[in-house]
Amino acid sequence: MKAVCWEGANKVEVKTVPDPKIINPRDAIIKITSTAICGSDLHLYDGFNPTMKPGDILGHEFMGEIVELGSGVKDGNPRNNGEPLAVGDRVVVPFTIACGSCFFCNRTLWSLCDNSNPNAWMVEKVMGHSPAGLFGYSHLTGGYAGGQAEYARVPFADTGLFKIPDGLTDEQVLFLTDIFPTGYMAAENCDIQPGDTVAIWGCGPVGQFAIRSAYMLGADRVIAIDRVPERLQMAKEQGKAEILNYEEVDVGEALKEMTGGRGPDSVMDAVGMEAHGMGLEGMYDKVMQAARLETDRPNVLRQAIVACRKGGTVSVPGVYTGFIDKMPMGAFMNKGLTMKTGQTHLHRYLRPLLERVQNGDIDPSFVITHRLPLDAAPEAYEIFKHKKDNCIKVVLKP
Amino acid sequence: MNQPIKVEKTMTINKPAAELYRFWHNFENLPHFMKHLKSVKVQDAKRSHWVASAPLDGSIEWDADITEDRENELIAWKSVAGADVDNAGFIQFKPAPNNNGTEVKVVTEYNPPAGVIGAAIAKLFGEAPEQQIGDDLRRFKMLMETGEVATTEGQSRGSK
Repeated sequence: MKAVCWEGANKVEVKTVPDPKIINPRDAIIKITSTAICGSDLHLYDGFNPTMKPGDILGHEFMGEIVELGSGVKDGNPRNNGEPLAVGDRVVVPFTIACGSCFFCNRTLWSLCDNSNPNAWMVEKVMGHSPAGLFGYSHLTGGYAGGQAEYARVPFADTGLFKIPDGLTDEQVLFLTDIFPTGYMAAENCDIQPGDTVAIWGCGPVGQFAIRSAYMLGADRVIAIDRVPERLQMAKEQGKAEILNYEEVDVGEALKEMTGGRGPDSVMDAVGMEAHGMGLEGMYDKVMQAARLETDRPNVLRQAIVACRKGGTVSVPGVYTGFIDKMPMGAFMNKGLTMKTGQTHLHRYLRPLLERVQNGDIDPSFVITHRLPLDAAPEAYEIFKHKKDNCIKVVLKP
Repeated sequence: MNQPIKVEKTMTINKPAAELYRFWHNFENLPHFMKHLKSVKVQDAKRSHWVASAPLDGSIEWDADITEDRENELIAWKSVAGADVDNAGFIQFKPAPNNNGTEVKVVTEYNPPAGVIGAAIAKLFGEAPEQQIGDDLRRFKMLMETGEVATTEGQSRGSK
């Protein structure tokens, strides 16, 4: 089959690789019909993750059709309305891999699954404990082959495949694999009360879904912050957000002025700083090196904490992997803030959000700006990375 | 002189103690999740024969006896005289608070022989013994909780 392989910093290649096969009894094989490039893929592309190996297959937003089921795939996942899976079913695949039977899965903390990361030992050295395995996202989170390919192997298929009803296009449901639930959980983490104002830093695809979700959850006002004109425009036109360009205004002052001096009730960092702290050995040096490269990024979290109203909530969907410098702990503590974060518990949100799509509450395809064949992946990564041609979201068709 | 190597590791497994005890009690199950074991053959209620990988594609073998056995609580074993590497260990099962599974603790001890082979074995077990027993225990947990051991070995990838 053809697959998008990471070959080094700023280098991906579409290669012919062996077709995936069933390895464990609960595996399934999916023939992929649509797949996307995520903003977080760019950090792998940029070469910031030392646990990438040449030849690794990228991609964690994908969907398709079941072509093979392992002998141990159990019937009747309640998140699939108890319906058994069958060859030929059209499915979406959450980017977090979850076993469905550990302490964390039982508490619907799916992205914290105990059993899906075969390289848990690597993460434990850094974080104390390992979160779930992820598709196509470095060996730190399992080294699973990703879904920017013609086929993919999906472990724990009985827990990790969601059937899609007829009548919905790939583009309407593809983002249920990551960015729509990620934006939604981030909005939920804002603990929104009626009449609240939410400020969201970052108008990439996750930020766009967070804006829409914040309104779904009862926010009165959403203020979106970015510097890329077309992203701010999308936030305004599609998301109905008020917008601030941080290159043009002092965001902290502007937010105060817009909220009668009190500050937003909750703030969201939908930017993150993945470039920091990826190392295992000699991490400190790498962090310092990365910090030099990424000096503006921790500013988002700092700025958000300082801007948030007293007693408010800080939601962090943006990905962090290591340490940050100069966390304004004084502001955080003395203003009595709460922080909520985490990789998305995809399995918790997928079906309720699918119902929102079915009901017509939202059509997630609004973020797509580019559609390209899988073969054009090297070009697609360049377009997306450099935001060429007003690029916001790329879908690849195998 | 090689020092004895003693390691201990605890992990909570989301299954009742009785189920975990039963699975472990059949030592022939151990190679499913203990990476350095090639095979274990149970000979009678007390004695078993163990074969483990050694450096340079070799193996080391020994007989072990169960030295203590408390149903659903503890199993202890010890190699008998003549083992390539003297070793002993026990596993303890303790219900976690609020019925949240079972706290499983494994303690193993190796006494590598003197000489070149001994040094090689000490190196094999000594590089990261806690890591090794921790990984074995994690695979035991995966197998008991999910019915399989998560892996990417044998999956598709580009060359290299």
